[in-house]
Order: sequence, then C-alpha cells, then structure tokens
Amino acid sequence: MTPPATLSSSGAAYGSVDVVYGARHRFTTAAAITGIAVSVLTAFVGLPLLAIFLRVPLGTLVAQLHSPVARDALRISLKTSLTALLFIVVVGTPVAYLLGTRRFRGRTVLVTFLELPLVLPPAVAGIGLFAAFGRTGLLGAHLTQFGIRIPFTWVAVVMAQAFVAMPFYVRQAIAAFASMDPQLLAASRTLGMGSTRTFLRVSIPLARQSLSAGAALAWARALGEFGATALFAGALAGVTQTLPLAIYSEFGATHLDVALAMSALLVAVSFGVLITAKLLLRFQTWV
Amino acid sequence: MADERLEVELRHHLGRIDLDVRFSVGRETLALIGASGAGKSSVLLAIAGLLRPDHGRIVGAGRPLFDSQQRVDLPPEERRVGLVFQHGALFPYLSVAQNVAFGLHPRARSKRERSERVGEILERFAIAELANSRPDRISGGERQRVALARAVATSPHVLLLDEPLSALDAVTKSRVAAELSRTLADLRLPTILVSHDLGDVAGLADRVAVMDEGRIVQSGTTAELLRSPASGFVAAFVGTNFFSGVATRAGGVTEVTLDSGAIVESAAAATGPVGVIVQPWDITLHDTAEASAAGLPSAHPGQNVLTGSVTSVAPRGGTLRVSVASLPPVVAEVSAEAPGVDGLSRGAMVAAVWLNAATMLVPDDAAAPTE
Repeated sequence: MTPPATLSSSGAAYGSVDVVYGARHRFTTAAAITGIAVSVLTAFVGLPLLAIFLRVPLGTLVAQLHSPVARDALRISLKTSLTALLFIVVVGTPVAYLLGTRRFRGRTVLVTFLELPLVLPPAVAGIGLFAAFGRTGLLGAHLTQFGIRIPFTWVAVVMAQAFVAMPFYVRQAIAAFASMDPQLLAASRTLGMGSTRTFLRVSIPLARQSLSAGAALAWARALGEFGATALFAGALAGVTQTLPLAIYSEFGATHLDVALAMSALLVAVSFGVLITAKLLLRFQTWV
Repeated sequence: MADERLEVELRHHLGRIDLDVRFSVGRETLALIGASGAGKSSVLLAIAGLLRPDHGRIVGAGRPLFDSQQRVDLPPEERRVGLVFQHGALFPYLSVAQNVAFGLHPRARSKRERSERVGEILERFAIAELANSRPDRISGGERQRVALARAVATSPHVLLLDEPLSALDAVTKSRVAAELSRTLADLRLPTILVSHDLGDVAGLADRVAVMDEGRIVQSGTTAELLRSPASGFVAAFVGTNFFSGVATRAGGVTEVTLDSGAIVESAAAATGPVGVIVQPWDITLHDTAEASAAGLPSAHPGQNVLTGSVTSVAPRGGTLRVSVASLPPVVAEVSAEAPGVDGLSRGAMVAAVWLNAATMLVPDDAAAPTE
C-alpha cells in the first residue's frame, strides 16, 4: 500500500508547483508581443549571417579563401588594421589617462571631439582625411614638397582605420582609468614610485582588462572599415584593397563565392572579438 | 635625537574648515583623533605629500619635506613617509609577497637582496604563509598587516596609519591592536595614528591629540585626556558622559540644573554655565525595584541617580558598555562579572548611580562666547 500513497502525494506536490508557476507566468498579450519581437529581431540579424555560410558549401568557402584576391586582401587587412591598432593604443592610452583622471576646463569638449568619429559617416571621415592629407590638402600640400604622398597608399588605409576605430578604444580606456581607486595610486607614490612608474605598475595593470576589451573592439572596427578607406585610399588590389573593399569589388565582378568566403571570415572574426571583449569585461579577475 | 622628529606646521583651507595645526612627534606614537571631517586625514595626506598645504613646514628626520617659504615640496616618492590606508589599499593584481616587494626599487637592490628582504619582512609580520595569496582571499586583519609590512619594507622615516582598526570586527580589532602595539614599539619611528574612536587607539598611543574643525583642541596622554578633558567637546569625544547645565551653590554642594531639567550634585565648586562630566566607569547600575528597596532613588546624600531603560549593551573587553535612556541619557561601563549584570538586557529599567565626588565640572564651551 505504501508505494501508491507515496506516488500520489508526490504527484500532488508537483501539481501545486505547477499551479504556482502557472500563476506567475500567465499567458498575456504583452508576453505574446515580446515573443514575436524576439523572433523577428533574431531572424532579422541571424538570417543574413546564416545565409553567408549556407549559400555555398562550406568546402567552397574555405577553398575560395585561398584565391589570390582573398589572400592579398587578408594580408593587407591584417597589416593595416594591426598597425592602426598599435597607433591607437600608443597614442590613445596617455590621452585616455589624462581624460580619465583629470578634471579640467574643456575636458568634455575634448572628449566629445574624440568621440565624433563614432557617429560620423565614414564617407565624411574619408573626405576629411583627403582634404587634410591629400596631395593638395591642408597638410598634404606641405608633405608633397618633401616627396611624401599619403593617399592611395597602405598608410592611408591605416589612417582611415585609425580615425574611425580610435573612439572604441579611447572611450573604454577613459572609463577604465576613471574607475581606478585613487588610494592605490597614492599608495604607489608613498612606496617610492614616481608618476611614470605608478602609471606602468599600477594604472596599466588595473585597467588591463578594460584596455584589452577596448583594443579588441577597435581592432574589429578597423578590420571592417570601408567608407573612409574607399575614399582616401582607394581599392588598389594588393596595395590598399582590404577585405571589405575586396568583398565589394568581387561582388561587383559577380564572383559571389569569393565575396561570401571573405564575408564568412569577417563574421567569424567579429563574433570572436565581441565574445572576447565581453568575457574580458565580465571576468575582471587579477589572475 | 632631535633629528628623528617629525615636525608639522600647516595651514590649509579645506572646503568648510580651515586646517591649522602645529605639532611634533619624536620616536613615539601620536593618536590624532576627531570626528570625520575634522581634518585628521588631510594632515596625513599633507605629510605624505598627497595634498599640498597652503602654508607651512614639514620636517621629517631632519629633512625639509615641505616648506612654503623656501618653496620646498618633495613628491611623495621622495619623502620616505610610509602611509597605511584604512582598508590597506593592497594592489589586487599582485600576491601578498609581490605587494610587499612593490616598493623595493629594482635599481637600488639586486633581485636576490630584494627577495631576501621580502622574506625577512614576511617572517617578521607573520604573513609568510600568505605569500602567494591574493589580497581578496585574506581577512581584513591580514590585509592590515600586509599593508603595514609593505610600508615598513621601504624603511620609512615616518609612519602614518589612517584608521588602522576601524574596518575590523571587534574580535580582530583587539588582536590587531596588540600586534600593532608590538610592531610600533619595535620600529620606534615617529608614528601618527588617525582614528575617530579613542577607544580603538588609546592603548597604542603615547600621546593623543584631539582635533576639531581643523584644529588640535587638546593633546596629552590618554589618561590626562580622560581625567581632565579641556572642554565639553573633548569630553564628549573621549566617550565620557557630558552634559551642560547651570551651577548654583547650595550649602556644601554644587547643584547643577541640566538642560534636560534634571538636577545633579557635584562636590566641585562652580557657579554659572558649566559642563558636567561623569566617567562611565564611575556609574553603577541597579535594578529599579532593588534600588527603591535600598532607599534609592530617593535622594541619598552624596549620590546622584538617573533612571531609565537600557537601550544597548555592548561588550568591550572585560566590561560591558551600557546605554541608558534616562533624562539625560547616560553611558555606564560595568564589569562583566559585577553582580546583577545578567538582568541587563535591552528594555530593562535601571537606576544609574554615581557619587557626587565623581561629578566633574568643566567650563562649558557651548555656553562660552563664540570667537
């Protein structure tokens, strides 16, 4: 007699849990609208990305990455985007430190100014760079006298990328430096470390993870740069033609497979960068 | 010996208050106590070089660290002033051993000398077993010890400790205080402890200076301060009972009508506005039923009685600090072994009793004309 009794009592217990759950998650119109919205948005973002991988067989994608156009574009993209990142980190870090740790007149104006490329159309950035550094540009005219020509060189690509990607790193770095515990900096000073040593031995380690996350995001943005590069550096195959520009030109030349292969690569890299940045920021451990 | 002194003289406008202090510390420990906002921490920051005073002069171990007239202002890293922050300010990304090694310059010592020095310090502060731990994995008391060890490792000429015990729980506090006392005795450096609670640092300090609104209002040994607080502020601050009232002579005793309306008697002579001080340990507590049976609270000659309910009972070492909601409220410190203390729970009605001879009278600064 005992087993059935046990069964029925546990059944009753589950039943009561169901009642409680049902009451809390009652079907409502609001829930329905939310559900539909989630589905629509996920499909809207997911389908195009998925389509890149499903349009042609995966084997074809991998094979097309070995085509000369794709290989050149990948090489140029890596070289320029990493150079741009190096420039951003070397120049952006001290600037972000100043903006994150000091309050001075005109600070907000300066921060806003440095954030401008975030919202500026890339084509405008390209025109601006051209007007400044072009052959007859503001500064370019003087550079020409010394035989220095920037437009349509790989340096132009780096400049276009650095221009649009810089705010991604600098914003993150300002926030990281602003959130440092001032007592740790003070402690370092009283322990005999000057301001430079304190910067290297305390500020940088404290901000390390945020800086890495910012650098990852800036690199992804540089890697994907199109508009400013097209205007200021052109799309010379083997010289200034980065992956996004190569995708555009291959698409125009109806070489869809190559364009898809390079797109798939950029999707994978961007996804990896975003995940890495999120993990870096979530697990700010000191190990 | 004069060379080892820390001499401080500074004036600084600090928001709401004007800091104006002058003192000197030999190979001893000075406790700087005061309410938050009194300017204690600013004094420490100025000595460490983290705050630049408007005017003044700071000399440490014979070296001018700051002199507004001579335009001397050494940066913190050149002052050889060790500063230990309230929560330790340990570098979270470094192990305990790396924290201790932080201030040992690679240029000044070889790698081997540095690791020897770190080992020696870790041993001396009994933190060797924590060497590889991260600061977030050790207790508050241990963090405090590591922070002190880190400061001492750099061989400072002056040691400053900001609220060294405030962040610790009661049990840890007494243990850390005992350790700190031994360490400071060993170091024999000019040391300044800052605290908002005299009880925390009374046992550590050779001298105590009470700060209020940017000024040192009294300094002396702990006993001197407790025995004869120079003002109502100091009395209130050092944890004694302080009331203000008006004294009149009546027969052989002084009767003081307190602001609350209660009348207490004192053996001391005074008339006019006065401050009344009663030390918590001079007060005994009695069950009200018992007290009336013994003839209390009806005026027993030579005794003062205030009745009220117990609002809190806090153990402090071997004594209990009992707050009574009488009019005015009083604080009594009774031995944990005293008869009848078992009945001292919150809400119990008690009579707080002290002798007229224990009622001290001081000039009341609250009633004094303002400067």
